[in-house]
Amino acid sequence: MKGARSTGATAPARASETASQMASQTASQTTAQTTSQTTSPRAPRRLSRRGFIGGAAAAAGTLVVGFHIGRPALAQAAAGASAAGIPPEVNAWVVIQPDDAVVIRVARTEMGQGSLTGLAQLVAEELECDWAKVRTEYPTPGQNQLRGRVWGSFSTGGSRGIRESHEYVRKGGATARVMLVQAAANEWKVPAAECVASNSVITHEPTGRRTTFGKVAGAAGKLTPPADVALKDPKDWKLAGKSVKRLDTLDKLDGSQVYGMDFKLPGMLNAAIKDCPVFGGKLKGFDAAAIAGKPGVKKVLRVGDSAVAVVADTWWRAKTALDALPIEWDFGANANVSSASIAATLKEGLDAPQAFVGNERGDARGALASAARKVEAVYAYPFQNHATMEVMNATVLITTNAAGAPERCDVWCPTQSGEAALAATAEAAGLPVAKCDVHKLNPGGGFGRRGAHDWLTQAVTVAKQMPGTPVKLMWSREEDMTHGRYHPITQCKLTAGLDAQGQLSALHMRISGQSIIASVFPQNLQNGRDPATFQGLNASGPEGTFGYAVPHLLIDHAMRNPHVPPGFWRGVNLNQNAVYLECFIDEVAHAAGQDALAFRQKLLAGSPKQLAVLNAVAERAGWGRPAPKGVYRGLAQIMGFGSYVAACAEVSVTDAGELTVHRIVAATDPGHAVNPQQIEAQVEGSFAYGLSAALYGECTVKDGRIEQTNFSNYPALLMDKMPKVEAIVMPSGGFWGGVGEPTIAVAAPAVLNAIFAATGKRIRELPLSKHSLKKA
Amino acid sequence: MPTLNVNGTAREFQAEADTPLLWVLREQLGLTGTKYGCGIAACGACTVHIDGVATRSCVRPVSSVEAGAKVVTIEGLSPNATHALQKSWAALDVPQCGFCQSGMLMAAAALLKAKPKPTDADIDDAMTNICRCGTYNRVRAAIKQAAGVVA
Repeated sequence: MKGARSTGATAPARASETASQMASQTASQTTAQTTSQTTSPRAPRRLSRRGFIGGAAAAAGTLVVGFHIGRPALAQAAAGASAAGIPPEVNAWVVIQPDDAVVIRVARTEMGQGSLTGLAQLVAEELECDWAKVRTEYPTPGQNQLRGRVWGSFSTGGSRGIRESHEYVRKGGATARVMLVQAAANEWKVPAAECVASNSVITHEPTGRRTTFGKVAGAAGKLTPPADVALKDPKDWKLAGKSVKRLDTLDKLDGSQVYGMDFKLPGMLNAAIKDCPVFGGKLKGFDAAAIAGKPGVKKVLRVGDSAVAVVADTWWRAKTALDALPIEWDFGANANVSSASIAATLKEGLDAPQAFVGNERGDARGALASAARKVEAVYAYPFQNHATMEVMNATVLITTNAAGAPERCDVWCPTQSGEAALAATAEAAGLPVAKCDVHKLNPGGGFGRRGAHDWLTQAVTVAKQMPGTPVKLMWSREEDMTHGRYHPITQCKLTAGLDAQGQLSALHMRISGQSIIASVFPQNLQNGRDPATFQGLNASGPEGTFGYAVPHLLIDHAMRNPHVPPGFWRGVNLNQNAVYLECFIDEVAHAAGQDALAFRQKLLAGSPKQLAVLNAVAERAGWGRPAPKGVYRGLAQIMGFGSYVAACAEVSVTDAGELTVHRIVAATDPGHAVNPQQIEAQVEGSFAYGLSAALYGECTVKDGRIEQTNFSNYPALLMDKMPKVEAIVMPSGGFWGGVGEPTIAVAAPAVLNAIFAATGKRIRELPLSKHSLKKA
Repeated sequence: MPTLNVNGTAREFQAEADTPLLWVLREQLGLTGTKYGCGIAACGACTVHIDGVATRSCVRPVSSVEAGAKVVTIEGLSPNATHALQKSWAALDVPQCGFCQSGMLMAAAALLKAKPKPTDADIDDAMTNICRCGTYNRVRAAIKQAAGVVA
């Protein structure tokens, strides 16, 4: 990132801005402090960080004033004018400063997956700017509302960051380039067609005259944008498709990255919270007097109808006082639910007459009835917590008018979905959306958890009771573990029919269990059916095409929704569906006496992309050739999030039952690979997260509540268990697939199939830690 | 007022004696590079050095840190991120979300001080920090690169 460091020239100006300017920018159009300091270079980064926290602290009053003067600044900036010395934008995506520093706006959240860098590469590719001069910033969702959603969606989930926005962000870069070239041509009074842009320099080819983006950016911003622009053919990419370094690494090496929990405002208080341990239960009461004398305690507050918060000068004091607070709960009807009662409900669904159909061809039931041979198995996948390293948190300031009524609500928080966060803020604050905004801070992990905003609603509800005082609400790890939005719980009964030749003639997959959509977006159900449940198992489409040619197929879902709230999770529905399908295909191949690779290859003959990734891992891993002594292999493949993935795991199991995952070979075809080394990082990370889930990940329910409370009883994979991962990135072009999630789905089934090869044991109920692999 | 020697400077603070060092660093001294992850010394996000020893600060009462002890946080690991590990971390693009990385770096720095040429087993023993993004393999490679041992 040598290059990014050299952009430092721009940062001192930012750092020397007065506190009031900084404050006005908080609500203004053109600045997003959070990421600009993330990516600005070494020395200025430090200055700018001090400006961010310390400077804001020195400007208690002006910060609030800033919100009031925000509007005119917004209007000015929208017109491309300079407010408070802020450089004008060329367009919504690109700001070029007089010294040629390039600021690329990124609407999606960077939470580790690398799309901040990937999206900037796509813009920069079309912009023809000097990559060494690029930094990034987040616009706010409030600005997006005011500008007719010029940045499109802010939602960062479903591995959609790049695959959903690649076209319009590239057009943003291309449009800015055309305007910059036109501005230079106008200045020289020559046809724009005679000018070319490259590396932030514009050249008039006939005369060799040159100028830089920074010199013409002001004029370019005043031009009418072209109606349409042509995009490069990906084969002509010079920057996109290359393994450039991430833009956001340096701040993560010296503690200067500001995560949500690190954020500070002048006069800020800290809140700790306890929600009813049983989902659906209520807060009956609490004895605030019992902790009134505790140091630093300012207030004890009811939050909604189920939670209580202690507000203190520091979070540690708030948390210790809350732990000492006598609280009475009304646990309600869910208090008698247990893991066993939930499992019984799901088990009933496995044979229930009614189910939503996800994929059907031929007559599976009829074919199964007449099959020469049947194979049947039941699998189960548990609740799992995201366990992001950074617990849920949000900082909220509600300001009041002269009459003392709430006037405006600003939030600083890590969120995967800025616009959903804004909507949640407005609703909880009881203010119009136009009177609220969300200033995104980089999250310490997301994995889907930060797409739900229950914690933000709590934070705003606390701040609403303390108008004029900024309050940071932060969960304890225990609160985070017991109030998640869990990976949905399901079971699956699979029945296969083999014909006389040992060919798979029929397959019925009956999924029974929880629907995320029914809980999170009930309006998106299709006549009660949750289409997302069938991820990876659909007849067609980017959310997972079932690749196997089975003449008679039925995949259906008996929806059973326990009271534990589900949520999107890294990989989510694809995870359990890949375990069910890929472990069972292995079982069927074994029952038919066929090689697991050859059996799949035959069924995938009509699905070339699935077949290609499968063949790639088999070849690299050496399938069919002897493995090292005591090492056994397992395969899995699936399609989801628009991409094709496969893995081959190599494991060994000692007689005492100790499992070692030695090596993973994983192939991904995401269509286009914007930054191959970051795709490799995501593939590696997918195995850390996926193997944590497969080996240990389970949240159990007792008396209506989640039993796991911390990493002591909800362990994560550590370094000593992390296998070697060989990633094969094999983009075949012509489509755009996601990267952060699909590979997780093949982690568990590849390892489980290898365990079968090693031990003869079929593990059908996750996590693995529930089972002994000891030799009988 | 009690003081702590942090990153080479004597710093005064106000906190109850049983307050964990983590919260004194974060909330009294403004050193937020050290993270809260679990509060039970299970994840390592809060790792700092006390007299060169990697210590999980979330369970260490501040009153138990001896008066002369030298506390070093990620902010004080090196001037301008010039520690060999910070350089190898940057060279290999190790962090993803980055939240656990302060603790990872502090644990790795203590390891290299004790064992300048660590084996894989040494790394496994010393690096018990949790990373949910899954940077483990790059962390291992960066430690080896900084130590000049063959990956």
